[in-house]
Amino acid sequence: MTAVLTPATTRPAPPSALAIGLARTGLELRLFVRDPAQVVFSFAYPIVMLVIFASVFAGEDRPGGVPFAQYFLAGIAATGIMLTSFQAVGTALAEERERGDLARLQVIGTPPLGYFLGKAGQVLVTTVLQLAVLLTVAATVYDVSLPTGVGRWLTFAWVVLLGAVAGTVLGTAVASAGSSRAVGNGISAFAVVLQFFSGVFFVFSELPSWMQEVAAVFPLKWLVQGMRSVFLPDAAAAAEPAGSWEHGTTALVLAAWVVVGLVVCARTFRWRRTA
Amino acid sequence: MTAIQVAPVPVPVGQDPAVRVRGLVKRYGGRAVVDGVDLDVRRGEVFALLGPNGAGKTTTVEVLEGVRRRDGGEVTVLGEDPATAGRGWRDRIGVVAQSTGVGDALTVRETLDHFARYHGTARPTAELLAAVGLPEAAGTRVARLSGGQRRRLEVALGVQGRPELLFLDEPTTGMDPVARRRFWDLVRGLRAGGTTVVLTTHYLDEAAELADRVGVLADGRLVDVAPPGELGAQLRRVATVRWTEDGATREVRTPEPAAVLRDLLAAHPAGEVPGLTVTRPGLEDVYLSLVGATPEGETR
Repeated sequence: MTAVLTPATTRPAPPSALAIGLARTGLELRLFVRDPAQVVFSFAYPIVMLVIFASVFAGEDRPGGVPFAQYFLAGIAATGIMLTSFQAVGTALAEERERGDLARLQVIGTPPLGYFLGKAGQVLVTTVLQLAVLLTVAATVYDVSLPTGVGRWLTFAWVVLLGAVAGTVLGTAVASAGSSRAVGNGISAFAVVLQFFSGVFFVFSELPSWMQEVAAVFPLKWLVQGMRSVFLPDAAAAAEPAGSWEHGTTALVLAAWVVVGLVVCARTFRWRRTA
Repeated sequence: MTAIQVAPVPVPVGQDPAVRVRGLVKRYGGRAVVDGVDLDVRRGEVFALLGPNGAGKTTTVEVLEGVRRRDGGEVTVLGEDPATAGRGWRDRIGVVAQSTGVGDALTVRETLDHFARYHGTARPTAELLAAVGLPEAAGTRVARLSGGQRRRLEVALGVQGRPELLFLDEPTTGMDPVARRRFWDLVRGLRAGGTTVVLTTHYLDEAAELADRVGVLADGRLVDVAPPGELGAQLRRVATVRWTEDGATREVRTPEPAAVLRDLLAAHPAGEVPGLTVTRPGLEDVYLSLVGATPEGETR
């Protein structure tokens, strides 16, 4: 039996990019929790790093008499942010494009901004959860004393926010560079090298100066430095390259990367690999 | 299968066509896969683009949908150029494509509920499930659907936003005969409600069953446009007269079979002409001739 289906006679304007961004944040989070491999990787990786660092270097102290676990918590937290933003977004987006998920969004009329807001929303929620787990384990298992002042936590908040937004924007930007395989491998390799250069695995001030200078171009170094300013005592600032935490420069560099990433996204974002 | 014949809505006269294409060209690596296509689709009609694989059907439709750039020609779809049209335009068209993903981790119902939020107005999920015959699979994860069920979900997503113009690219691929019939009913229901439908298919029966007019595409060119019963009017006029003479089959192709028969009967005054048949080409023969693939065993 044939049911008569009529087109809309009056058609309200399609929902705003913000409304679609909210809907997509919910969707992305639902897809995230339904992918056990991604959940375990995102949440377990920083914890495993913490366990390894704290076990291998147990008893050693770092500049200013800071326990090892406390010193490297900064680098691990920054890596975690890069993982859930830059790496997760870049890899997922390239795969979604290859699977034709983005082509569906295109024909359904999704504003690119709405899609991006969905990614950013998902990144912010997963990043906050991941950091909460990491800090809880650090405080309870490894006796890392977390900051108590409001100012420290405000610094933590803006560094996390800027870092996650920069990671999301740059992940979106690099995802257009090639096939999902190439993008996934490229991001992983780049992330590992960047971690060595940025003082995640070593004390930054002990790295050769040319490595410090290269690292200073990229966001991760600033993210780690911002995190050190949260988790290390004020006295440790003297061991920084500039002898201070350089909050202003950190904010500027991260913001600059957000702008650069947005420009690249606006020019290169494609729903499909070919048009 | 159709219990109630729905009277077609008369196509409004004097309105702009839903789709107007002039001289459309699309090249891949220098080779023109669409090579100067002119096309008009009237409002309210079901128009089928019929052709073999690689004829340029999907490319043509993708240009009309605004997801592929063209290299030449003019295209107007619902009054706008698809290459530059915005979201308001896109919400008026529906697309069932071949290469769009649906995601795997959501259930059918969750998928429909989610995508409902992208449209200015959306058909209720229950209505969509019923229309494509998926109510019993509503709680199934998309990853576990069969190929045909997945296709039906894609069709549901295509009509979700109550489009004025619906593009269906090889919509029944992977469907079993029952699902296919149900899909045909869905298209008839859409047509009865006034939706313009452009569908591509390489199934002749599908084009004959659904389409008001059929455009036959071969090697990137539109070789004929007509109602399914009138396709290849020239070719249809040619009848084939066959008979047996001296143990061999003789064959004459002619637009005037009666004249041939008179001669034959005169040559056989005693009575029967052995093995005599007069055939006119069916839709399939006409189609194969149009796309340049002569049916096996037939002389031209």
